[in-house]
Order: sequence, then C-alpha cells, then structure tokens
Amino acid sequence: MKILGVDSSGLVASVAVVQDNIMLGEYTVNYKKTHSQTLLPMLKDLADMIELDLNTLDAIATAGGPGSFTGLRIGCATVKGLALALHLPVVSVPTVDALAYNLWGHKDVVCPLMDARRSQTYTGLYRFADGKMHIIKPQCAVDIETILSEINGIGEPAVFLGDGVPVFLSAIEEHVKVPYSFAPAHANRQRAGAVAALGALLYGEGKIQQSFDHSPEYLRLSQAERERMEKMHGGD
Amino acid sequence: MSMDVKILAIESSCDETAAAVVVNGRDVKSNIISSQISLHTLYGGVVPEIASRKHIEKIDQVIAEALESASMTLDDIDAIGVTIGPGLVGALLVGVAEAKAISFAKNIPLVGVHHIEGHISANYIENPELKPPFLCLVVSGGHTHLVKVKDYGVYEILGRTMDDAAGEAFDKVARAIDLGYPGGPKIEKVSHEGNPGAISFPRAHVSKGAYNFSFSGMKSAVLNYLNGCRMKGIEIVQADVAASFQQAVIDVLTGNAVKALEETGMKKFALAGGVASNRTLRNAMKSQCEALGAEFFCPSPLLCTDNAAMIGAAAYYDYLAGKRDGLDLNAVPNLKLGEG
Repeated sequence: MKILGVDSSGLVASVAVVQDNIMLGEYTVNYKKTHSQTLLPMLKDLADMIELDLNTLDAIATAGGPGSFTGLRIGCATVKGLALALHLPVVSVPTVDALAYNLWGHKDVVCPLMDARRSQTYTGLYRFADGKMHIIKPQCAVDIETILSEINGIGEPAVFLGDGVPVFLSAIEEHVKVPYSFAPAHANRQRAGAVAALGALLYGEGKIQQSFDHSPEYLRLSQAERERMEKMHGGD
Repeated sequence: MSMDVKILAIESSCDETAAAVVVNGRDVKSNIISSQISLHTLYGGVVPEIASRKHIEKIDQVIAEALESASMTLDDIDAIGVTIGPGLVGALLVGVAEAKAISFAKNIPLVGVHHIEGHISANYIENPELKPPFLCLVVSGGHTHLVKVKDYGVYEILGRTMDDAAGEAFDKVARAIDLGYPGGPKIEKVSHEGNPGAISFPRAHVSKGAYNFSFSGMKSAVLNYLNGCRMKGIEIVQADVAASFQQAVIDVLTGNAVKALEETGMKKFALAGGVASNRTLRNAMKSQCEALGAEFFCPSPLLCTDNAAMIGAAAYYDYLAGKRDGLDLNAVPNLKLGEG
C-alpha cells in the first residue's frame, strides 16, 4: 500500500510518500512562495529522490479543506490531475484532522487552530486513546472564543498547534482556564506525512473518491454567496 | 508512426471550464465546454470565487469527456496546452495546476498559452487557408485589441482599449437598461426591434495611439441619457437605447479596424472573441472588408466564446516553435500579448 500525501491548505506546501507504515520521503516548505510554482517541482524532486514510479501508487491523499481557498484549489487540481492521469482514487483528509494527527499519542486534548481570517478559526478537538485518534469536535469554522470556552468546558489540559496560534495568542492567554501548551516546530504546521498516514487509515475504511467527485471542503461560502443569503434573509 | 501532433487543451480563465483535443492545430476532435453562465447571472456578473469553485468541480469530467469524444486516451496525446492568462487568477490556477499534474504524471510536454492568442487562433480552425500575416480585432468581455498577426505566435498590438473592454461596456449598459447578464447577447437581441439612429451617443476618438479604443465615455453617455429621461419624465425606449449604443460601439470598432487596414495595406482581416459572435458587428465588418477588397474571417459563435479548441490551435504553433514550459509554470492574470 503506497500512498502520496499532499497539503497546500495554508502557507506550508508539503508532499510525502508513505508505504505501509514507513514514510519513504517528505518535502515540506514553509516559506512565502506561491504553491502554484512550488508544489509540483517539490513532488518531482521527492519522486526522483526516492525513485518513485508513479504507477506503483495505490491512492492520493490530500488535505481536503478547510484552508486558504486558492491554496486548497492548487492542491486539489494537482491531485485531480494526477489521479485522472494515473487512474488513482483520492482520499480527502479533513485538514484539521491531519493537523491534529501530527500530535499522535499526545495525552492532552489536541486543538489545531488555523487562521480563518474575519476573526475566525478553522479548528476542532481531538483525543488520542487506545492507539487511535478520536474526534471530540469535528473540524469547523468558529470564533476563537467559542472553541476556547469548549476547551474550558472539557476541563482537561490542552495542546495547541497551527498557524492560528500566533494569531490568537492573546485570546488563548486571556480565555483558557486549563493548563495548556504549544506543539514544537516539527509538529505544529501542516505536514503531508500526516495527511498520507491518516489518508492510509481512511483508505482502509473505504473512504475514497473518484477524481471526478473530489473538490475541496471550504467550510465557508464565498463572500458573494454569503452576502446574497444575508440579503435574502433580510440582513439577519 | 504518425506525424500528427495531438494536443489536449485546457481553458479556465473566466467562467467556462473547457477542454479539447486538437490535431495539428486545425482539426478539432472534441471541444467540451461547461458553462457557468446561469450561476453568475444571479450576481449580475462573474464572481471570481464562485467561478474558481465551479472549475475545480468540473475540470476532470470535462477533460475526460474531451478525450472520450476524440476517442483518445492520454497515451495518444503529444502535448498539453493550457491558458495561463490573462484572466481571473483563481480560475486560471485550476487549469494550470491540473495541466501540470497531467504533464508530470504522463511525461507529456506542457505549453502555456496566452488567452488572446487563443482567440486569434480560433480563426485557423475553420479557415484552413488562413495564414499570417493578417489583421485581427479581438473583442470580448475582458479584451479589446487590434492586433497585427505577423506570423504564428508573433504579434504587434496596434491598439487596445484605454478603459472598459467592449464586452464590459455591453454588460454595464445592459444592466442599466434592466436587460441583465450577459449583456452582449441580450443587447443584440433587443436591438433588432430598435432604431440604431434614435439616439446619438458619442464615438470616442482617443488621441493617444492612433488605434486605441475608449468605451467608458460612451457608457457614461448612456447613463446620463437615461438619467435625463427619468428626470424629464421622458419614456425610455429600451430597444432604441440598446440599438443606438450597439451601433456606437460597432462604429468605433470598425472605424479603427478600417483605418488600420488602409494604413497597413493588409488584405486579410479576422474578428475574434466573445463579442465577435454579435451578428451586427460581423456584418458591418464584413461589408467594410469587402469595400476595401480585404478577405474577412470570423469564427463561428461556438469558437468565439471562451473554449479550449482555440487554445489547442494556439498551443500547436507554440509547440512547433519549440516552446515548452516547466512544472513551475504559473498563472499570470495580467499577462500581456507576446509575453510568457
């Protein structure tokens, strides 16, 4: 079972290949440059380095959203093109789930925070027990205060990660009543290794799509659609 | 082994998701277009984020259909042509990322194509005898260019719009007289019942650059006329406003084209772009060409709108000229003709 993982949902561009329970390679870059120019050259470099024959892949796992709309689509179109050309199934891995998976085995409540702009965060709550990741709260787009008060409600220590951490630091310091910590550099941003590893599990559960059917889960309407809905509902 | 060059072309610069298979630049084996127009009509124009979302949903299906209608698989394809600009960046990126991924997965050469070059090349498809040099007027919702096509892939821009594109002016005026989106076809339709001489809207002559265009003054004149009517309680005859406005646009477009034909002495003229499907414009330009003894070319309406067959035609000549793009190819929303 060989699976390619791709994540371009945020500032990070990342590709990885996981075979059975071994990561053959991962290329992760967190540097300001458009994913459009970097993602595929990175995949080519990785493929060359591990002498990957693309025809030996069984599936492609992708961070399926939420995230930056454009970033998601660059990853999605890349994955769809690869899947179409190579006749491979696509595994759409929820971005926030994959972020949490970086902290596999952590004893605290895991809370990824992605900066969703408009003072919101893409987030969720996770717990690792019995050698598995359990979803306490599925990924969603909410105000930072909402997720922080849910963490207080659980009343257990929490660990934060994601590009939302620096953005919402003062809110965390102000609102969180439980002991909390932050994930270290190697595990606190999107990584395609986590996408591929979690994707392999989902693949085993039969959670696959054809490339035709795959598109990002934005968790949000476009601005024009939102404004139109508001108008139709009398500005409510 | 066949010497034919089979190109898979992809276009996603605005609100049409399109793919086509074109052999040797002129033989269209398939031309699939998934239009989003009904979706954007709700908003009175193209919403970039909605367009991008729709592209990503449709693109694989459109490509698969294009290959299937051409009775080919990716293994038959010699090159992939894709629109890299100008256009909406989010929309362009979908086609570019998809094309690069297929190129990488199947090791097929990649050729980035200029959207306007595609529109110009649409003329090659139905006119096997058409070869450069010729003069081309590209008119669409986003572009108004008078181009001297010196050779395949070699262009000199003689004139361009200084403000709105012609098609954009159609959309804005259509909105002002409650015709809705898309403006071009709707204005043309009601114009048939109107008098093109009813109202005299100004024909703007741009002093800077002999062949440049301006349409925003004309659009403002229409808006002022409508306001004036409302204030004075004069009844607005929608068909007359539409017909008079359309005539003004056509006079400006054909005026510059005729001037360029006379001054360059070129004997072949082609129309291109979405607005080129306007029958009144086609007829006007055709009779002007006949009067000047110039040959007139214009793609059929399906090839005037955004489509991938025209991208395949343009990509073929770029491919022959040795142009190849790498996996770092990017979308360029404000790409100029002759760049990239």
